Amino acid sequence: MISASKSSHRDSSAKALRNTSFWFAAVALLCLSMADLDISTPNPWGELGLMAAGALSPTVWSWPTLLTSLANTFSFALQGIALASVVGFLMALGYRFTLVRAFCAFIRSIHELFWALLFIQIAGLSSLTGLLAIAIPYAGTLAKIYGELFEEVDPSAITNLPSHSHTGSLSRSLSRFCYTVLPLAWRSMATYTSYRFECAIRSSAILGFVGLPTIGFHLETTLSEGNYSEAAGFFYALLLLIATLRFWLQKRLLPLYLIGAFYYLPPQAQTSWQLVKRFISEDIVPAPLRGQANLNAESLGAFGQWFNQLWQHQIWPGLVNTMLLGQIVLVFTGLLALLLFPLNSPLFFRGWRGFGDAILILLRTLPEYLLAFLGLLIFGPSMVPAILALGIHNGAIIGHLVGRHTDELTLRADVGTGLNLYFYEVLPRIYRQFLAFLFYRWEVILRETAILGILGIATLGFYIDSAFEEFRFDRALILILASAMLNIGVDNFARWLRQRLHLKSMPESL
Amino acid sequence: MSSPLFEFTNQRLTYEGRLVLDNLSLRIYPGERVALIGGSGSGKSTLLKALREQCPDQIAWCPQQPGLVPMLSTFHNMYMGALHRHSVFYNLANLIKPLPAAKRAVSEIAQAIELQHQLYSSVDRLSGGQQQRTSIGRALIQERPIFFGDEPVSGIDEYQSEVLLNLIFQRHSTVVLALHDVAQALRVCSRVIGLKDGAIILDAPSAELEASDLADIYGISDSSLNPSRQ
Repeated sequence: MISASKSSHRDSSAKALRNTSFWFAAVALLCLSMADLDISTPNPWGELGLMAAGALSPTVWSWPTLLTSLANTFSFALQGIALASVVGFLMALGYRFTLVRAFCAFIRSIHELFWALLFIQIAGLSSLTGLLAIAIPYAGTLAKIYGELFEEVDPSAITNLPSHSHTGSLSRSLSRFCYTVLPLAWRSMATYTSYRFECAIRSSAILGFVGLPTIGFHLETTLSEGNYSEAAGFFYALLLLIATLRFWLQKRLLPLYLIGAFYYLPPQAQTSWQLVKRFISEDIVPAPLRGQANLNAESLGAFGQWFNQLWQHQIWPGLVNTMLLGQIVLVFTGLLALLLFPLNSPLFFRGWRGFGDAILILLRTLPEYLLAFLGLLIFGPSMVPAILALGIHNGAIIGHLVGRHTDELTLRADVGTGLNLYFYEVLPRIYRQFLAFLFYRWEVILRETAILGILGIATLGFYIDSAFEEFRFDRALILILASAMLNIGVDNFARWLRQRLHLKSMPESL
Repeated sequence: MSSPLFEFTNQRLTYEGRLVLDNLSLRIYPGERVALIGGSGSGKSTLLKALREQCPDQIAWCPQQPGLVPMLSTFHNMYMGALHRHSVFYNLANLIKPLPAAKRAVSEIAQAIELQHQLYSSVDRLSGGQQQRTSIGRALIQERPIFFGDEPVSGIDEYQSEVLLNLIFQRHSTVVLALHDVAQALRVCSRVIGLKDGAIILDAPSAELEASDLADIYGISDSSLNPSRQ
């Protein structure tokens, strides 16, 4: 009987998903064996205890400082997302052109902290730097989302319009667009933009870690000094700001807040064209090529040597570590998401779902950079804090979405409960969607992995930060470009995988 | 006669808050093979659900919407009917790699319902009829004394469906089926219950009935309701 079944053919739609998952996990295990997982602090539990004690006894040392930094955090985020949505919308109109797509992919592949580090060199620690650091990468992201939403819209709305003999006039296609595609996509655009605003507040807070006057600045100072009670005060203020957004940030008040934000923190900088010109024409030009009016064999040879040095000592190790850590984080994120999604599922936590989802949203709200910073204080510099921080943050985001996805499942009346329900009914059904979310998030995870280098983990961010500290902007630029190329490459690979595995590729709110 | 397995006296049955069957009185005894017939929306599924709630642990249930897990194999979808008989660790191990005892139990039934060659294909690669047989297989493996089926063979050809129904009768002492094929209901069941407009309009041993007696139940005009023959 069993031998008979062996002779029959096996044809499973799950095979590709299973194999892909297996190889991802296997590679992650291999990476884990090569990763630096040392815990170098003498007493991690003691430090954790101090933090917990601080978290339980928050204090506010100066209310004006707290409120100013909150207002700054909010203003940067609102200005940034406003500018980003306008620019992103304009770019989305041309999203079918490869060049526009590539440009959007490029500007969003560079993390806002890297943009900030670049603009600080030109415009100092100014409000203009904060605005641009957020607006530029977010414009790239929003352009992509808007562009994809426009493509998703039911095409019959446009094709049903009466056709004209001389179509193609820009004004006519624009009015068609405003009557069909735009209203159809509007709701999703608004939802997505408001979700991105929450992310922008996190980004804005984090900009403080490189010196801008947002809440991250005070978090970094107080945490570094071990002043955990005060840090908790700032931290809770940030959480409160994000948690209460929906109550006071209403659509019709938005113009008012926007005017307020620009009035309170007008984007300006103490800079001069001379400074900008010097930065572009000298500082970021690779050292061997500086001041050379025309290239000759000698300078090219010197450049080759310079680049080779940089490649061997910084770019390559940075890339390897970023990919290594990124792979571990990706799989860890996936595992956590699968563990956490029942918290937001009516199939598992019927009565407690609101509470469970609140936990996921709280974990999602914690900026990953801040989590990693805390982890670093507890465990010392290694990949452990990065893995935990990125895994928790991203795992909660994907867990929340997968849990919400289980709403749509209709199960037969006599299904089991507990683990039987989880493994036999729910997991197989949501796995495809789960992988889609995870692969969609991959690019973001990798970008965050690179940025955590600023905290001392030897990913690309570490070398970029060091280059900025040594005022070697030429190196910094090449390294930033390398991290951008890596992100673009991974994003393309993930898209290829999603298509190959027939995964739904709409982003929802990732 | 022994005491009834299922009993309703003057019962009101609702579906999503809407009254479906009113003033319902009904008894089903062990050993009976009952066919429920009636047009769509006549309350067959609601009645089956209410009956099921009377002793859920005794009933192998084969729903109209199979609710299979598309990407799992036929083997796993059928084995799901036996989850409650094993420890969760056994179930999880069997999910990763089919275990010998589970394989024996499932392939015995798979052979009977002619799915042995599709056992390790995922069910989304199966035809509609094969999926329906998988759903029957999942009910058979529950090994319970009573079988309830809501149109269990609706998508399967006449010859095949009779083979499957006989298999169900062999393995269960009491069977209640919602069927749309009146002739088939008369052929295979011992008792026929007809539902229309929120009431039982016919309840008789199939030996006393002919297909023409049942025409009313699907008839367009609702003026000539048959009195209930108790």
